[in-house]
Amino acid sequence: MNMVEINNVSMRFNLAREKSESLKEYFLQLVHGKLQFDEFYALRNVSFNVEKGDFFGLIGLNGSGKSTLLKVISGVYKPTEGYTKVNGTIAPLIELGAGFDMDLTARENIYLNGTVLGLTPKYISEKFDEIVEFSELHDFIDVPLKNYSSGMIARIGFAIATVTKPDLLIADEILSVGDFLFQEKCEKRMQSLRDGGTTMILVSHSIQQIERNCNKVAWLEKGQLKMIGDTKTVCDAYKQIHRE
Amino acid sequence: MELFKAYCRDFLRYRHLLENLVGRDFKLKYRRSILGMLWSILNPLLMNVVMVIVFSTILDMRGGGIENFPVYLIIGQLLFTFFSEATGAAMGSVLASSALLRKVYIPKYIFPLEKVCFALVNCVFSFIALIVVMLFTRAPLYLTVPLALYPLLTLFVFSLGIGLVLATLTVFFRDVVHLWAVFLTALNYFSAIFYDPMALPDSPAVEMLQNFICFNPVYWYITAFRGAVLDGRLLTVDELLVCGICALVALVVGLIVFRKQQDKFVLHM
Repeated sequence: MNMVEINNVSMRFNLAREKSESLKEYFLQLVHGKLQFDEFYALRNVSFNVEKGDFFGLIGLNGSGKSTLLKVISGVYKPTEGYTKVNGTIAPLIELGAGFDMDLTARENIYLNGTVLGLTPKYISEKFDEIVEFSELHDFIDVPLKNYSSGMIARIGFAIATVTKPDLLIADEILSVGDFLFQEKCEKRMQSLRDGGTTMILVSHSIQQIERNCNKVAWLEKGQLKMIGDTKTVCDAYKQIHRE
Repeated sequence: MELFKAYCRDFLRYRHLLENLVGRDFKLKYRRSILGMLWSILNPLLMNVVMVIVFSTILDMRGGGIENFPVYLIIGQLLFTFFSEATGAAMGSVLASSALLRKVYIPKYIFPLEKVCFALVNCVFSFIALIVVMLFTRAPLYLTVPLALYPLLTLFVFSLGIGLVLATLTVFFRDVVHLWAVFLTALNYFSAIFYDPMALPDSPAVEMLQNFICFNPVYWYITAFRGAVLDGRLLTVDELLVCGICALVALVVGLIVFRKQQDKFVLHM
């Protein structure tokens, strides 16, 4: 069964040469016929499927469209062409702690962020201890988040997003924050989620991490799908090219 | 129909987010102030005292015939504050949530809706100030008071519609924020908050004002509310129609504009 279908997806951005953020500028440019855009395709005709139970890796250099693709899958961007379909619930970890309010305490933020992900307050209350436990921040739970370090914020964010047992977990470079102990803990949590039937899509620049976790890998280059297949084949080809 | 069902499901799923966001705004608004929520009541009350003093001494040109001026005034103040707070906050809400919208999928209308809801909560709180002024001036309590719900709720819908349009415009043109602030100031003077346009002394200018003010929906909402609470009368057919239709039109236009543009929001933040 396909968990994610990505069908001929293209994503075009208009890079405004002269960005018009005010009405006056906009009309002046319109009158002068200067309202032009440089078109830029972050993704071009990408198609592939992710099967249920896959631990799917996405690799590619900076600017190859990995994050854009994740945002298209999670519904943040609407693709210019093509469509994506996800059969189930998504927990997006595009950036840990997106939607945290720095003035609120960790406790309040857990509820706020949980509802951002579509959870009910009742469910969050049930899982509250588990979240605190995982993030190891018992002593700071009633401190405003602005006093937290970035590693602490990442812990809370990861704990909330993975408490749900989602059908699909999307993770963009999130494991690069936090110390190695926490990274190990996160990987362990992701493996246990996967054993429970969650499909994963992971973006990482660490090819070792991809090789360690994933069973399938897609390689993006300049917005196009360059290669897709099992981890060893794709990673070897990738390393071959980028060694030189 | 299918689409409508999908929308309802979406809304049900995210209604807790709505509650939580309103709760957050509430907490943040009063955090670290000693009197806290009391300010929601004190603020309109003190403003009312100031304006009553100013308009019954220095600038006494409100025309005769306003029986209970403090109550007349505070109703106008409260409803206008609600409208300006709701639209002003809704206007910047989408832009202010850009960090979130760029990373997680959330129905985007949640943010303007949340701000208008928050303004309503605030407004309902500050009705305690209205009660205080009514008690203080020994205003009679009429059975028609519950009818005031109608202008209040239609004003809520009206503000939401306007808020959706403003939020959309603001994403593309930041100028709207400044423009709207000026517009609100102008509207403040043309909403009959501290005068009764129908009781002003006759003159060509006043006649123009009287004709002109009928096109201001906010004036209608305030007048209907005053009718029910202050005058103890039923709402007129005109009031029912104008309040309802303005709200409906604003909402439909707001939804269409917002829906048409919402996919582009993330590209302009």
